[in-house]
Amino acid sequence: MVNIEIDGIPLKVDPTKMIIQAADEAGIDIPRFCYHKKLSIAANCRMCLVEVDKARKPLPACSTPVSDGMKVFTDSKIAVNAQRSVMEFLLINHPLDCPICDQGGECELQDLSMGYGEGISRFTERKRAVKDKDIGPLVQTDMTRCIHCTRCLRFGQEIAGIKELGATGRGEHMEIGTYVEHSLVSELSGNIIDLCPVGALTSKPFRYKARAWEMQARPSIAPHDAVGSNIELHIRNNDVMRVVPRDNEDVNESWLSDRDRFSYLGLNSEARLSEPMIKVDNQWQVVDWQTALEKTVDGLKGVINKFGAEEVAGLISPTATLEEAYLFQKWLRGLGIENIDHRLRQQDFADSDIDDSLNDWQLADIEDSDAIVLLGSNIRSEQPIIAHRIRQASLAGATVSSINLFKRDLLMPVDRQIAVNSKQMVQSLAGIAKALLAAARQDAGDWLDLLPERSPSAFEHNVALQLSNAMNATLFVGDLINHQPQASILRALARLVAELSDSRLVILPATNSNAHKLAATLPVDKGLNARQSWERALRGYVMMGLDPMLDTAQPTVVRDALRRASFVVSISSFDNDWVRQYANVILPMACFAETSGTFIGIDKRPQQFAGAVAPRGDSRPGWKILRVLGNVSKLKGFDYISSQDVVDEIESPLRETKKKSEARFIPDSLELDSDLMLISEVPMYNTDSLLRHSEALQQTPESRHNGFARINSKEAEQRGLDPQHEVVISQDDRQVTVPLEIDDDIADGCIYLAAATPISAQLGSLFSQVQVRQAGAS
Amino acid sequence: MTQMLLTGPREELFSDDLREQMDKWIAKYPEGQAQSAVIPCLHILQDANGGWLSRGIMDALADYLDIPAISVYEVATFYTMFELEPVGKHKISLCTNISCMLCGSEKIMNHLQNRLNIKPGETTEDGLFTLKEVECLGACVGAPMMLLDRDYHEYLTPEKIDDILDGLSS
Repeated sequence: MVNIEIDGIPLKVDPTKMIIQAADEAGIDIPRFCYHKKLSIAANCRMCLVEVDKARKPLPACSTPVSDGMKVFTDSKIAVNAQRSVMEFLLINHPLDCPICDQGGECELQDLSMGYGEGISRFTERKRAVKDKDIGPLVQTDMTRCIHCTRCLRFGQEIAGIKELGATGRGEHMEIGTYVEHSLVSELSGNIIDLCPVGALTSKPFRYKARAWEMQARPSIAPHDAVGSNIELHIRNNDVMRVVPRDNEDVNESWLSDRDRFSYLGLNSEARLSEPMIKVDNQWQVVDWQTALEKTVDGLKGVINKFGAEEVAGLISPTATLEEAYLFQKWLRGLGIENIDHRLRQQDFADSDIDDSLNDWQLADIEDSDAIVLLGSNIRSEQPIIAHRIRQASLAGATVSSINLFKRDLLMPVDRQIAVNSKQMVQSLAGIAKALLAAARQDAGDWLDLLPERSPSAFEHNVALQLSNAMNATLFVGDLINHQPQASILRALARLVAELSDSRLVILPATNSNAHKLAATLPVDKGLNARQSWERALRGYVMMGLDPMLDTAQPTVVRDALRRASFVVSISSFDNDWVRQYANVILPMACFAETSGTFIGIDKRPQQFAGAVAPRGDSRPGWKILRVLGNVSKLKGFDYISSQDVVDEIESPLRETKKKSEARFIPDSLELDSDLMLISEVPMYNTDSLLRHSEALQQTPESRHNGFARINSKEAEQRGLDPQHEVVISQDDRQVTVPLEIDDDIADGCIYLAAATPISAQLGSLFSQVQVRQAGAS
Repeated sequence: MTQMLLTGPREELFSDDLREQMDKWIAKYPEGQAQSAVIPCLHILQDANGGWLSRGIMDALADYLDIPAISVYEVATFYTMFELEPVGKHKISLCTNISCMLCGSEKIMNHLQNRLNIKPGETTEDGLFTLKEVECLGACVGAPMMLLDRDYHEYLTPEKIDDILDGLSS
């Protein structure tokens, strides 16, 4: 520690710090544009010039390290004169268009020019104008306003890992842009809106919608991945006008994924439900809540009385809050219904007894890992903020390997990456396990008969070495394994590899599913799981927060089950044709931002949030609907006044944390059955209804190819497929016709067709065997 | 003009000869720092392409050096010696900075414009000459000066310009 003095205040400071960092920690304000705590130091705006004792001229506080005995003056005559002069230069080319600028009112340049700018400009020459760039549906550019701080460039290079923006030209002609016009492809691109200190980069969907001072900020939690990013909702007149990140170093730092930032656009979708409805003589009628609730309970009781409670299932989206989940199962169990599940995209439940949850593990711990292996995870789209953390680990020297059904640029240094089909993935993992066993001179124990005879390949040896040499290795298992019909085999092998190499195993959960595990929205002791509930075509279904065709693993199985059922209830925020066709009651539910609740992310951190706007129309928060359903069903213990009461009730049994179960799961065999497997990845912006209704996200390059099947050139040639023409993908008696793209990053023996789209909804089950032929051929 | 291959596997990009020239430069920097060789590589490619850089060439160079394409564009747009549009057979870069200006570069510029019938930044119709106005080239002692292709010419007068241009083989 060194002793310095800033504006006469003595401070003890870490000698690696810059003056601006010491000042920030001490709460002393130094004006700046280019400096940002999370980005490298560029020192190009010069706004932070300060006077330093014994220095000949003012020094930039952002790039001057502190030293013992240093005396800094941030508002002396010299400092302020320097800052004023810099400001005068910055304003030379800056347009005076604050009245029509979206940044107006929250603009760092505007704020600082109040403090340091002159009322009158001495600059009488022509200002330069810079052509705006089209960089996609999310970020609006007004490049004449740019002051060349280069924060957006540094963000791309250092945080997003993809340098799309650059500074071309020189001097007066320097421009920030992509040079060749294209949409940004980073899943974190929206952060440059926050970083831009002026109005050069603003939110495109928010353009001209509201002024900073008209809105109120309400804290909330983003519901689209298992991170639970901390956000602020900006509200005007009961409308969410935009979403910005809220700093939380333990969760999302200062960043927000585009998915979390722009999902709010779905809130005002035309497809939002606003009134309770019941079906009478095949016609939908709008009714009051009481009628709808009574019809719900009567209908369910009718089915239960006639066919038994085991003929009814309750399915709930893993995006639902802890309170909703808890009340959902409490209500249904109160009625005797035990078929309850939230694992809607899971197909293999063989290893459900295994507790893979992690205790005492934080998101920030990812950055301490020195070896990371990604198994079946397209991490950038599944969990963008976790991908960012892994990237930071990788930059700090961690080795990264990826074994997946396709290759994707991970935007970080990756040691090895392979694309394999499921069969090969089983073999690779078995090979890695064998290599680890050989290195540890252990015998395979229970696995002896299962692991192959052959000796491990060089790749498998390398991954085994990577893991066993590491002090702090982490394995991530993602959706591209977890959604497979034989996922339990792959997960069992991942567990074995983790155990043998003493690595941490992280099974990436679906959004709020950790809360759902606590709330027990899954079969306990008895009851059917999600897959069984659909496959057995029961008599009654209660669905909460889901689109039955897009949020489930076997769309057509679900459709057939719903068609045959005699009573179907849908509690949902969004209308859809399938639900209208098969449901008997539709209860409109409040959406994200409209309800209070608790989110429990991957690190088991419970994060509570309050409702920020009133629910749309006559819709109600999910927990209130369930509370009243409990009352109407004449069940005891549904007298909650707030969602906090629900949490209090959940917490008491939860306090005694369950001891981790010792259950083990060893598959019977490692054989997989598939010839041509469908890769049914859920695209980043299709994971839930809200996202699917966010128009801006649906226009991103990420979403543009959802309607295409993709196959590698070798497979296409073998099967005589011509990418110029459409192909027919068939599964049993169902088929879809889609255009084909050749993509050599797809593994052999696989064809990629995005899930959670109207096209995939026509197929029987995701990730399973399909046939493919050229359209028109027989 | 050298025939260049601009797409395909890295080890087949451009041509054998060009790769050999560029690899010499890349080898001067530590591994993983190939970006440092971007300026000499751009020169090599510009010379091989008749004096200018197409977008395809810049993209291929980005692939070759394994850097983002925008990092190549940034350099190529920054330096005036890189041309992003086709240029004439001979490139005249006349300095008009302070020393040259004081010593009469304006007169030289007028003469060049009249003789060639083009403005700075333009190319003659026959494709022989491109005229550029450039910043200081560090030869103030011989002001006014110009860079003709790769040669400096100092103490310029209109007569000297005529001699030089007449003396060019074509």
